[in-house]
Amino acid sequence: MIPLSALLIRDVRLALRVGGGALMGVLFFMTVVAIVPFAVGPDLALLHRIGPAILWVGALLASLLTLDRLFAADHEDGSLDLLLMARTPLELAIVVKALAHWLTTALPLVGAVPVLALFLDLESRAAAAVALTLLVGTPALTCIGLIGSALAVALHRGGLLLPVLVLPLTVPVLIFGVSASNAAIGGPVPFGAPFTILIALSLASLVIGPFAAAAALRHGAE
Amino acid sequence: MGLVAFANPSRFLALAERLLPWLIGATALTFAIGLYQAFFVAPDDYQQGATVRIMFIHVPAAWLGMFCWALMSMSALGTLVWRHPLADVALKTAAPIGAAFAALCLITGSLWGRPMWGTYWVWDARLTSVLVLFLMYLGLIALWRAVEDPSRAGRAAAIFTLVGAINLPIIKFSVDWWNTLHQPASVFRVGGSTIHPTILLPLLTMAAAFTLLFATLNLCAMRNEILRRRVRTLQIMQAEAASGTSP
Repeated sequence: MIPLSALLIRDVRLALRVGGGALMGVLFFMTVVAIVPFAVGPDLALLHRIGPAILWVGALLASLLTLDRLFAADHEDGSLDLLLMARTPLELAIVVKALAHWLTTALPLVGAVPVLALFLDLESRAAAAVALTLLVGTPALTCIGLIGSALAVALHRGGLLLPVLVLPLTVPVLIFGVSASNAAIGGPVPFGAPFTILIALSLASLVIGPFAAAAALRHGAE
Repeated sequence: MGLVAFANPSRFLALAERLLPWLIGATALTFAIGLYQAFFVAPDDYQQGATVRIMFIHVPAAWLGMFCWALMSMSALGTLVWRHPLADVALKTAAPIGAAFAALCLITGSLWGRPMWGTYWVWDARLTSVLVLFLMYLGLIALWRAVEDPSRAGRAAAIFTLVGAINLPIIKFSVDWWNTLHQPASVFRVGGSTIHPTILLPLLTMAAAFTLLFATLNLCAMRNEILRRRVRTLQIMQAEAASGTSP
């Protein structure tokens, strides 16, 4: 347990201090959400209707773009090799790194939702619904993104390759996240069904993501 | 073991040389029968008229688009588990062919949709799943093209292919959910759901023809890829010899 908690503390510290990307994700999220009204027009009724979708797309992009550096920074300073050679299973180390990333990147996104909801004319009930769905849905985004991040490091390629690979895989999370949010506002479907499926997606990707990422890193290291 | 014997690329090349003429002949023959049946035997639909014949290209293309990913997943297992050198090659060469089938399915689908639904594209659940599949093929091709070392790219592509294979049914399910939420599917259920034998038989023949076409194309592509890798190795050896460093 000690190596894992040390890794968690290290990653959280690195993300929070100068040069870390913790707040960059929220800033990106806010910018994306702020830029949508310029494209669709200042019509508050329309923004109210598509508000949950805008917030979800913004959160999806923000959590994916910050994943780019998750393994790349460790690869550059050599600590990734230590993780690969360590006695602690690589899968567990990856879960811990994902947890640190989620705490420092995805959790602030959830915190920013109530503020951004004001700009999109979402009432407090809708804002709470979006925040809740993001809270249970972003682990899935992080864990699916892990795979792309590990592949990008294994291939020594970054940039657009990661979103191109990962975005199609996040379609189910987006669908159920938005439909659960809309259901809470008063959509045609009950809230429980999409919400529990969203949780199931998070749990399933928590299983698949670290194993696939570990396989990618191991093969990349050879 | 058969698998081990054909792991030798030279033996595979020899087998491919012998197999290809037969495969090409069988593909041409099945296509001739299938297309003849599709155009001259199968009746017009009472509602859709002659446009129903697009189905004989559209449906097999959709099947092959999905079948190709399934085959690639098996190749991916072969790459990751057994380090089978040909699995790697098959994984690489099948991706563009699968992408072509998915694209063919999308294009014929939208050409069919224009007279039937009055629009080239609707966000119907099936169309959308094929679109996501097509995007994943393109992502996989982009992954192959991002790295110059084929063995390194091969294992990364294999992992992505397997992750995609797990995700594709989930995507299919969620897109179905999403679509029924947005619009009723009943509008787009044109014609009956039961298929008459006069249509089913040409359809199955065309499916067989497409499968044979896939086998032929992939065998050719695998042969080319093996030769391409040999050329690359020879070039590297030549460059090393010229620079005076021994490998």
